[in-house]
Amino acid sequence: MKIIETNHLSYDYIRHDEEGNVEGVTRAVSDVSLSVKPGDFIAILGHNGSGKSTLAKHINALLLPTEGSIIVDGKDTRQEENIWNVRQSAGMVFQNPDNQIIGQVVEEDVGFGPENMGVPTKEIWERVEESLKAVGMYAYRKHSPNKLSGGQKQRVSIAGVLAMHPKCIVLDEPTAMLDPNGRKDVIRAARALNDVEGVTVILITHYMEEVIFADRVFVMDEGKVVMEGTPREVFSQVERLKKLRLDVPQVTLLAYELKKSGLPLPDGILTADELTEELKKCL
Amino acid sequence: MLRDITLGQYYQTESVLHKMDCRVKLVGTLAFIISLFVVNNVWGYLLAAAFLALCIFLSKVPFRFMVKGMKSIVFLMLFAVVFNLFLTPGTPVISFWKLRITDAGIRMAAQMAVRLVMLIIGSSLMTLTTTPNHLTDGMESLLKPLKKIKVPVHEVAMMMSIALRFIPILLEETDKIMKAQIARGADFESGNVIQKAKAMVPLLVPLFIAAFRRANDLAMAMEARCYRGGEGRTKMKPLIYQKNDYAAYGVLVVYLAAAIVVGRILPL
Repeated sequence: MKIIETNHLSYDYIRHDEEGNVEGVTRAVSDVSLSVKPGDFIAILGHNGSGKSTLAKHINALLLPTEGSIIVDGKDTRQEENIWNVRQSAGMVFQNPDNQIIGQVVEEDVGFGPENMGVPTKEIWERVEESLKAVGMYAYRKHSPNKLSGGQKQRVSIAGVLAMHPKCIVLDEPTAMLDPNGRKDVIRAARALNDVEGVTVILITHYMEEVIFADRVFVMDEGKVVMEGTPREVFSQVERLKKLRLDVPQVTLLAYELKKSGLPLPDGILTADELTEELKKCL
Repeated sequence: MLRDITLGQYYQTESVLHKMDCRVKLVGTLAFIISLFVVNNVWGYLLAAAFLALCIFLSKVPFRFMVKGMKSIVFLMLFAVVFNLFLTPGTPVISFWKLRITDAGIRMAAQMAVRLVMLIIGSSLMTLTTTPNHLTDGMESLLKPLKKIKVPVHEVAMMMSIALRFIPILLEETDKIMKAQIARGADFESGNVIQKAKAMVPLLVPLFIAAFRRANDLAMAMEARCYRGGEGRTKMKPLIYQKNDYAAYGVLVVYLAAAIVVGRILPL
């Protein structure tokens, strides 16, 4: 049983001129077929305009495919009656932390999703407490979101999605607007969800360092999935990634350059520890 | 800092009035205002003043906070008093040139001043003891019957609370845009009022664009979290009347009855 399955999914953005006539069509996602196992940590990489965010919005039924289909948790998003179930089983965290927090107090914001789902009051409180604890923001439950840092706001957003008890969370460039510390906290929270709660995580990003622990990596370019595999498999193809205007993690790049200049190193080294181990072997 | 801006004028403390259900406070304020306009004699105003004093005492909010609200209406009050003073017909008490002050005029002016002062203090007392959040909640709950005649009560309340949440964010954004423009030589400080207003135009355009973009993002985020209007929604913090609130309603009824009896029936 797959949690997400896309079948030749394509999506066109249609531009209209002032009279509403079609001016042009941009194919943002083109013929994507991929599937995600429950409990996986998936990363989707790609430079700006590669279609990764458009693809993400399909998982939450915010966009519906122009062609092909996407099945989330066994439900086809094209069917009207499935939309709310799909949105409940696949939560979504967006890029800008300010534009997705609705409540004026942290705990109220986390309760927003369950409120919409019609969860009884007592259970909302239990869910809010457990979600805030899961992302390490319980101490801030009475604070105003305006006074939190970007990383803290994103963790509140994650808690807000978590309180809806989703099977899968899509994080659409959650760290793009954060400083390095906030970035680390958010990624740590996402990993904890995956490890501890067993939630399927789909992380969309262009920071390669964030995805070296992912179970699978998809690389997108011009709306198509062009590379797919474990981080090791993907990052070992340094030249290809460079052509796609993506950076490999620094350590991987260093190992690659060392290998090119003659050291007997294996492909796809991801962490500093691995590299030291391999270098020791060379000595 | 703009981040620390407090909306409304909520005064944080623990008191009977702070804990009271916001619906009671809304109804109470309305009842108090009605009583001010029903009452027609000195005794009635004394009763209203006594009731207000009791509430202020219970609220534990320092009195100077209520007076703060007065500053903004000094002009309005002056207007009302002056107009009533000079334009009410009756037996002249003092007259010079074309102006006449009548006994009825003095009475009307004094009444107007007392009414306005108490009205402002009474309603500030409500905003001082209730967070804007609770106010919107209370209004939504009180106006619920209007849903039957298709008034979008939930939607309006939701808009209000979103507006409250975004005011500080937009203020911060304004500040950022302003600084960016000052850095490139824009001048917001000098010139007369008209020139200053004109200087604001290039500020408003990016601000509006940003606000629309935010609205778009927010709508998407709300939909992603299964928001579909007020139907079938539960409340995390439902409004439930406590014993105290019923008692407060009782006090209100007694006060309003007393105000009508005293203020209308007794002479003077």
